[in-house]
Amino acid sequence: MADVSMAGVQPHSVQPRGAKPRRRFSGSNIMLYGVLFVVSVYYLLPLWVMVMTSLKGMPEIRMGNIFAPPVEITFQPWVKAWSQACTGLNCDGLSRGFWNSVMITVPSVIISIIVASVNGYALVNWRFKGSEVFFTILIFGSFIPYQIMLYPIVILLREMHIYGTLYGLILVHTIFGMPILTLLFRNYFSSLPEELFKAARVDGAGFWRIYFQIMVPMSLPIFVVALILQITGIWNDFLFGVVFTKPEIYPMTVQLNNIVNSVQGVKEYNVNMAATLLTGLVPLVIYFVSGKLFVRGIAAGAVKG
Amino acid sequence: MAGKPRGLRLFRNLNAKVAAVPMVLTTLVVFVGGTLWTVLYSFTNSKLLPRWQFVGLDQYKRLWSNDLWNAAIWNLAFYGVMSLIFTITMGFVLAVLLDQKIRFEDTFRTIMLYPFALSFIVTGLVWQWILNPEMGIQEVVRRMGFEGFTFDPLHNPNTVLYGLLIAGLWQGTGFTMCLMLAGLRGIDEDIWKAARVDGIPKWKTYLFVVIPMMRPVFITTLVIVAAGIIKLYDLVVAQTSGGPGNASQVPAMYVYRYMFTAQNLGQGFAASTMMLLSVLIVLIPWAYLEFGGKKHG
Repeated sequence: MADVSMAGVQPHSVQPRGAKPRRRFSGSNIMLYGVLFVVSVYYLLPLWVMVMTSLKGMPEIRMGNIFAPPVEITFQPWVKAWSQACTGLNCDGLSRGFWNSVMITVPSVIISIIVASVNGYALVNWRFKGSEVFFTILIFGSFIPYQIMLYPIVILLREMHIYGTLYGLILVHTIFGMPILTLLFRNYFSSLPEELFKAARVDGAGFWRIYFQIMVPMSLPIFVVALILQITGIWNDFLFGVVFTKPEIYPMTVQLNNIVNSVQGVKEYNVNMAATLLTGLVPLVIYFVSGKLFVRGIAAGAVKG
Repeated sequence: MAGKPRGLRLFRNLNAKVAAVPMVLTTLVVFVGGTLWTVLYSFTNSKLLPRWQFVGLDQYKRLWSNDLWNAAIWNLAFYGVMSLIFTITMGFVLAVLLDQKIRFEDTFRTIMLYPFALSFIVTGLVWQWILNPEMGIQEVVRRMGFEGFTFDPLHNPNTVLYGLLIAGLWQGTGFTMCLMLAGLRGIDEDIWKAARVDGIPKWKTYLFVVIPMMRPVFITTLVIVAAGIIKLYDLVVAQTSGGPGNASQVPAMYVYRYMFTAQNLGQGFAASTMMLLSVLIVLIPWAYLEFGGKKHG
């Protein structure tokens, strides 16, 4: 790189001021946007195909092209996926899985957030001997493959008589949501000014009072981030749903997989895609509504450890 | 430990200790207890129910002489290496592209990241459909006049892992891109100015200055992605169910099969212990690099 330093000593008589004007259609810019466009097509293609397939009738799918928009729009596949698609002997559609998922997700999200936020608060402001040790184990625990803990949890849930019930699955989600959520809340609470906490202590407020009257009201954004993280995470779960529940209360993802990958009957691709889209709809809506907060959530998830 | 010696402090801070009970139980009972339990019982010949009958390394011998397990391990190794290479390079390149002060940055980022919000089940099923040989991409290209065109990765044992890779990368690269972008934004603007003053071309600055500076970001990404790959399960279940034959079996499926359907718990435990071991191989060097120096500093 000998020639590189030469560039720096060129005489500069006229100092240009302001930002350098950029040509909008320079060669490299066309390249840049070209590449980004092609990449965007790769990312958008599956969503496009899903929507288009779900709006076509089966004859059109068999003779047509999966990328083409429907000639004749039909919502029949959506209706069928929602209320008539079969898994095994049950033919009441994906609506069952949807409501199961709602009943699993709502309490799991609420409980896990409450537990983790109180825990994060205790870790920051009320440290006790050993609290950091447990926290470290907790974070490392989040890297352990779930498979190794599955059977002991089965035994545990069986002993508690909640194996195969919604309660069992809710407990499991609360446990496995704890590492990331605790980290999230701990990091956020430790960024709040400590004087606030001290002032409240001096004024005689106790553990819970400080939590409810100072910490929670000041941390609403992080609660929203946690909410997004947990709703998408729990809604998308498959493994725990399969292992810890029974067919009547399978979450939506499990039921979807059973509908689409069932070996009996004629494959109805339009119904399958409508069902897939229905299952993906909840996290997609959350994603598009939450925007930057979602990015913040996964960025917080990334600084694990 | 600089704390002053005090008496029994069990009841000081009682509320905080109560608040930490779920964490303590989770770590001790589930994470530590559960893991140790499974590791211990992997040395027994438990079948339908866990039984404490020590058989040494028998389960591991059987595991490694099982064709299904060997296939699963090699599939995962191949998928994992390819996935790591592609996720990290694609994630970095996309982040660099988005970092060029372009218009519509938010739109592009939204497009690249949305698959990450979707589950692996949804991802697997969509790509199974797109790669369908009778109605998917292959058929569309054939109807355009290229009669001999074949693109049917999911039904060929030699290519099925690439089929999974296409779907896995679609789902996950947006996430790596976001991490890399955050890393790029963390680079001091002065570095760029200095490079520009010295007349160093942009690509050289990225290659020789920015990438070395982003080492921590790369390492963190590597660890997160690698830990995720070892758990790979849902995507395979949805997209290929492990087929054709055993060509896309993965260790997590082996564990599930032996623990919950084949009723050979010992094998399942041994297999999951091997999964833990592979995570530790990734995790320990990283933890050592990341925290090893600081703790005693």
